[in-house]
Formats: sequence, C-alpha cells, structure tokens
Amino acid sequence: MKLGKSIRKDFPMYMDNECYKDQKLIYLDNSATTFKPYQVLKEINNYNYHMTANAHRGDYSLAYDVSTSFERARDEIASFINAEKDEIIFTSSATMSLNEIAYMLEDYFQEGDEVIISKQEHASNVLPWFNLKKKRGIIIKYVDVKEDGNILPEDLEKVITEKTRVVSLASVSNVLGYPLDVKNLVKVAHEHNCFYISDSAQEIASRRIDVKDTGVDFLLFSGHKMLGPTGIGVLYIKKSIEENISPVIYGGEMNARFSSDFSFSLADIPLRFEAGTQNISGALGLCAACRYIKRIGYDNIISHEINLKKRLVEGLKSIEGVKIYNETSPSSIVAFNFDGIFAQDAASYYSKFGIFVRTGNHCAKMLPELLDTATTIRASIYIYNDEEDIDRMIEVSRDMKEKYLDAFFN
Amino acid sequence: MLFSTDNKEILQQIMMDHYKNPRNKMRVEDERYVKIHMDSASCQDDIYIYVLIEDDKVVDFKWDGVGCVLSTASSSILSELAVGKTVEEANKLIDDFNDFLLSGHSDNEDELSELVCFKYTNNQPSRITCANISFRGLKKALQEKKNER
Repeated sequence: MKLGKSIRKDFPMYMDNECYKDQKLIYLDNSATTFKPYQVLKEINNYNYHMTANAHRGDYSLAYDVSTSFERARDEIASFINAEKDEIIFTSSATMSLNEIAYMLEDYFQEGDEVIISKQEHASNVLPWFNLKKKRGIIIKYVDVKEDGNILPEDLEKVITEKTRVVSLASVSNVLGYPLDVKNLVKVAHEHNCFYISDSAQEIASRRIDVKDTGVDFLLFSGHKMLGPTGIGVLYIKKSIEENISPVIYGGEMNARFSSDFSFSLADIPLRFEAGTQNISGALGLCAACRYIKRIGYDNIISHEINLKKRLVEGLKSIEGVKIYNETSPSSIVAFNFDGIFAQDAASYYSKFGIFVRTGNHCAKMLPELLDTATTIRASIYIYNDEEDIDRMIEVSRDMKEKYLDAFFN
Repeated sequence: MLFSTDNKEILQQIMMDHYKNPRNKMRVEDERYVKIHMDSASCQDDIYIYVLIEDDKVVDFKWDGVGCVLSTASSSILSELAVGKTVEEANKLIDDFNDFLLSGHSDNEDELSELVCFKYTNNQPSRITCANISFRGLKKALQEKKNER
C-alpha cells in the first residue's frame, strides 16, 4: 500500500483541501500527536451515538453489548503487542501508566534501592522516580546514552548492581528516536533480578512490539501518538507480576465486595486496576487505530518514514549552518538547529508557511546535558507525510537564515 | 519618533541589533537587587532579571539567560528604558507595552521608544509571552519590593 498523499483521504485533518487556514498543511509534529483517521473516529462516534452504556455494570442488553465490544477491544490490543488479554490495563495516558507503575512498586522499594533510567527520558519516566526518591529514599542512576541516542546492554551492565530493582527506559527516545535493543537490555535486567519497564509511547506508531519476544515486565503507550484518540493509554503488566501487585487507585468496579467493618476484596485482574468508568470510546477508538496500523503494516510504515527522513536529512545538510543531532537514528525524527537561530524562532518562521514542527527540549529536560544545546527543532514524520512536505520544508529552510525575522513582521 | 513604525526594515534592524548586541546582560550577585527567574514549561526562554529599586525608583536593571530573539531584544530594550523610572512609571510602561503587543497600536509610541519594533508581534500570538517575559519579571520585582514594606 502506498503511503503519503494517497492515504490522506482517510484523515479529516486534510479534508479542507489539505490546508489549515489557507496554508498548505505540512504537519511534522507526529511525535507529539498524530491525526486520527475516519476509521478511528467512526468507532468513537458509534459508541457515543449508538452504544452508550457503562461496561461491566449493567444486566440489560445494551450494557452487555458495550462490555463485549470493550473486552474485544482489550483482546485485539493485547494481540497487537502479543500479550494476553488480562495483561492489558487501560489508563488515561502513557504518563498515567508510568505513574501507576511507580506507585504500584512503591512498597517494594527499600531505602537505597536503585532505579536506572537515562538522561534522554521524557518527564513522565523521570519525575515519578524523582518523587519516589523523595518519599522512599531510592537511588536513581543514569545509564550512558550514545551520541545517536542508543543505549547498549553492556553500558547497562556497567551501572546495574545487586541493589538495582528497576530499569525503566523509553524504547525509542522522543528526541533522538533511536530504537533500543530492548530484548538484550531486558536480558541484562533479568540477569540481575530487576524489573524492566519499556516506555513505548514513541515506538508503537512505527514498530512492531512483541512483549513475549522481548520479555519486558511492564510496557506502556498512549493512543493519540498512534492514530488513536487522546485520553486513552495502555499499561501492559506481565501476568505473573500483575497477580502479585496492588492497585494504586481505588473505587468503583475495581472491587468485588466491601462492608462497614472495613474489609474489601478486589475484582479480578485486569479490572482491579481500572477504578472508575473507563474511557470506553477511547478504548474502542484505540482498537480501530491498531487495526488501521495492522492493515498498513509496520514494514511499510518504517520504510516510508526512513525514506522521508533520509530526504529531509540530505536537504538540511545541504544548507550551511544546519546541525543535525540524530542523522543516523533509523526513525521518523529529525532533531536539528540552525546556527545562531533560537529553535523557537525557526519554528515561528516555519509556521508562517503551514509547516508545523516542535521545538524545545520536548519534555526530555535532562537531554541538553548530553546534546550541548538547550533546545532543538524536531520534525517528526508519519504515514500521511510525503515527499512534497519534505521538499517544501527544505525550501523554506534555505531562506531561514536570511528571513526568519519575517515571522514577526509580515 | 524619528522614523515611521510602518518601516518594517528599520524595526527589524532594531530588533536584530538588540538580539546580536544585548545591553545590560550580566549576572548580578548583589543582595540589594530583586532577583526574578522567569522560565516556564511552555516557553523555552530562561531569563533572570535583577532590579535595583530605591526610593520608589528603578535605579538599575540587569538581566541574563538564554532566550529567543523576542525575549532577548525586549529584555535588552527594557534594561535601558526602565532605569530612572518611578515605580508608577515602570508599571505604566509594562501595561502600555502589553497593550501594544496585543493591538499593535499605541497612542504614545514615543514613550515606548525602541519597543515599537514589536509592533507586528501579534502576527504570532503564541509568541507574545516571549516578547513580554522580562516585563512580567519586572512587574513581579516591583510587587516583591512593595510587599517588603
């Protein structure tokens, strides 16, 4: 299947003649969030228009149908990452998933226990641990990150000790985009009896995930970075761990019984981890997004992204004063800067031409310690981008040095 | 005003001059100065301002940090304009500049001096917070000083 322009008909964001406010829409901020295809929106709408009831709470036929669809979505999402159905917990986001893991593990930590992360992690894989450092006295250690964003199993081996309890890493960084060798990193973690948490929020849109193959203990992602809706996330927990861990959020649906003598019992897994009414339309939409990606195929997606990245990198390299930070990472992300131009100013100039990129530290606020720059411009490519988008971006980039102030004057 | 604010070329030159050669940009280690750190999650500017306020007057204004062309140029121009103003005048300058950023017009452009180079910043409304970062810092400093009394 050909990607790029030919699939834009699936995306309502392109329906206004592929324009946004009279400008040709060149959306290159897909690492932040992706457009949603009709197929996803249809599922969300179907719930709201034709199938609204609570899941797992009613005995009438409508509620039964909702529960069945909801659980079918769980099942399909589980097979999407080669997990078992019960190992999939719906959350509101990747951030929520990471927080839930950290607080589920809170009681398991003793003062002086170690958690290993890296300096390229997103805030959501940093701050829950910083908070546990404050609360429980855990020690946070950083594994070395190579210049291209890779993290090597042998480098993990260097920092891991008998006090390490958890290794938590983004399988693909949201800035440099290098896909880690998760399977061998997990191996190192398991040899030292540690849990391995894979933050796959940036990976799932472009690469096949197989939790059985890699052996991760926890894995998480959000829906909106993979064509799904906002407000839905997934937390995978390996069943053997899931059965021995307590929920962090208590309330409706996650309990079996409770009485005035303060006793209570929990619902079965995974429902005991989903207190409150779930984001049902979100789960159905996410399931449709998985189907959409499956239909296109990951091989197709990754080769499309890499071809376009190559084109963009070649174009940017031909412009004097452009520094690219992740030329070699086989991913959809190009992180770069223009010499002497603050990233945010460059983004405003791009925006003038309908080219939407992200700038800043992209929530990876420790990464500047490694990159020697406080901020970068990040162009992130996805399936509906095409050569024309890239060529237009390169063309505008050629004038950047001379004309970027125009953004604030014309 | 010695030039027309319709002359975008001159306005660009003013902005670029302050960006390339920022005035009064230095760190201050002096306890008499009110020090304000202006950074936020949404903005990438990371600016410190140091204001010496004595006898209800801004006696000195220095600033330091990393910022975009808008925050750098506006901090630089403010550092020259603020000094010598009474607290009331400084507050008025802040309010006038904020109005100017939003509307692109001022009844008193002479008072704004080189700040008129921000006449068209509202073309990029998401960047107005960059252009007034030091002004918001100065407002905080004036308030802190007032609260000291």
